[in-house]
Amino acid sequence: MPEIPGLAKGLAVTFKTMITTWTQGAVTVQYPHEKEDLAPRTRGVIALKEENCTVCMLCARECPDWCIYIEGHKEKRPPRREGGKPRTVNALDRFDIDYALCMYCGICVEVCPFDALFWTPEYEYSESSIADLLHDKDRLGEWMVTVPDPPALEAGAVKKK
Amino acid sequence: MMFALEIPYWQLTALKTVIVLMIIPAAAVILGYVFLLKMMAHMQSRMGPMEPGGYHGWFQLIGDGIKFIQKEDIIPAEADRRVFALAPLVVLISTFLLYVVLPAGPRLAVQDLDVGIFYALAVSSLGVIGVLMAGWASANKYALLGSLRAAGQLIAYELPLVLAVVGVVIQANTMSLQGIVHAQADGAIFGISWIGNPFILTQIVGFGVFLAAAQAELTQTPFDMPVAESELVAGYMTEYSGFRFLFFFMAEFGTAFALSAIAATLYFGGWYQPFFKTGIMADVLGPVVLGAKVMLIAFLIFWIRFTFPRFREDQLQAFAWKFLIPVSLVNIMVTAVFKVVL
Repeated sequence: MPEIPGLAKGLAVTFKTMITTWTQGAVTVQYPHEKEDLAPRTRGVIALKEENCTVCMLCARECPDWCIYIEGHKEKRPPRREGGKPRTVNALDRFDIDYALCMYCGICVEVCPFDALFWTPEYEYSESSIADLLHDKDRLGEWMVTVPDPPALEAGAVKKK
Repeated sequence: MMFALEIPYWQLTALKTVIVLMIIPAAAVILGYVFLLKMMAHMQSRMGPMEPGGYHGWFQLIGDGIKFIQKEDIIPAEADRRVFALAPLVVLISTFLLYVVLPAGPRLAVQDLDVGIFYALAVSSLGVIGVLMAGWASANKYALLGSLRAAGQLIAYELPLVLAVVGVVIQANTMSLQGIVHAQADGAIFGISWIGNPFILTQIVGFGVFLAAAQAELTQTPFDMPVAESELVAGYMTEYSGFRFLFFFMAEFGTAFALSAIAATLYFGGWYQPFFKTGIMADVLGPVVLGAKVMLIAFLIFWIRFTFPRFREDQLQAFAWKFLIPVSLVNIMVTAVFKVVL
């Protein structure tokens, strides 16, 4: 009966796993009571730094799910130098991400030319109503405090001014 | 029973019925919690339920039972309503009748029959009828095919189960379960009589065959082709929900407990421990000792269940007819020869 050693090995695996789980605990985590140690740059939710956004619409256009909604208007600002022409800037009226649609691909964070979007490791924003998963720009701005610092520069690297 | 002389027969019978009716759900809950929820979880490096009831989720299965009772009783429109409703009861009654002959102490048995083990194996096969009724009355092709699969398997493994027991019966010279316990308690192995002669020592082959056949009778995993919850929509239970499903569940685990208890009685000496052979202490310790032995055998059954993948249908039949039955026939012959020679 050539199957016997393999069968015994299988039984040993489950028995050993049972004993190690009993003595050293499971690989799973008892979620609400204890939380997993996340990788430092975990992709949990996307934060918006509103003052960096220029309403260029790149993120909204690149989004595969079309889950980013942006509205803005042009504003006149005083010129930078004396006697110059007044500047035109884009002001952000609405920036919504629908997390019911988002598939966390991160393309919006990649394409943003002005560093207005950031990944943060927060993940506890489930809602009982699907409509509440539409985060507006204030809600997205609140995530900014949870954005981890960028990784330190390598030794010898010159910091850009 | 120790107070058999003090109360009339009908009251005693009612008392015994109530006790057995309470033992079956308790046994199902204990086996389900200890093995299905906790041991399986640990073997998969999980904790299993931790919240219900506060301490390690002990309330989980009881809560599940309450949930099942609350559910709507759904009977398909095309179903044969009476047979559909009766089927889970038939399966449960088959389990209930198994407990009648199980001895838990020198005087603790509902009824010790002269043909005890024969009776137990006979009533355990009643469940097949319930399974066929469930599949046929559901008016569902998956349930019907599932019930035929189940019946084919249960009948195929009935035979090695019976043949494995024959070895024990030959050795013990009796079919009464109490008689088999006493034969092991009073026996001696190599002249040492302290632990008696548990038949596991001489009937190890029979024990293996019995365990494999019991595993198949219980449709536990290597043999769970009839049920196959996730792939084949649970076979004959496809259309069952609510408390009727609960009956099937209780019958499955109640039978697991009963077959483990029969295996413990046949091969491990049942309620017997070497310190008190008769008297009140044997009756007090009996259920505890039997319970420990039952848990040991149930552990083996569920350990195998959680380790091995499922047999294909043809492998399953070949294993019964081409391996288990010949092996148990050889076992019977060898036992008979030794019985005559020694």
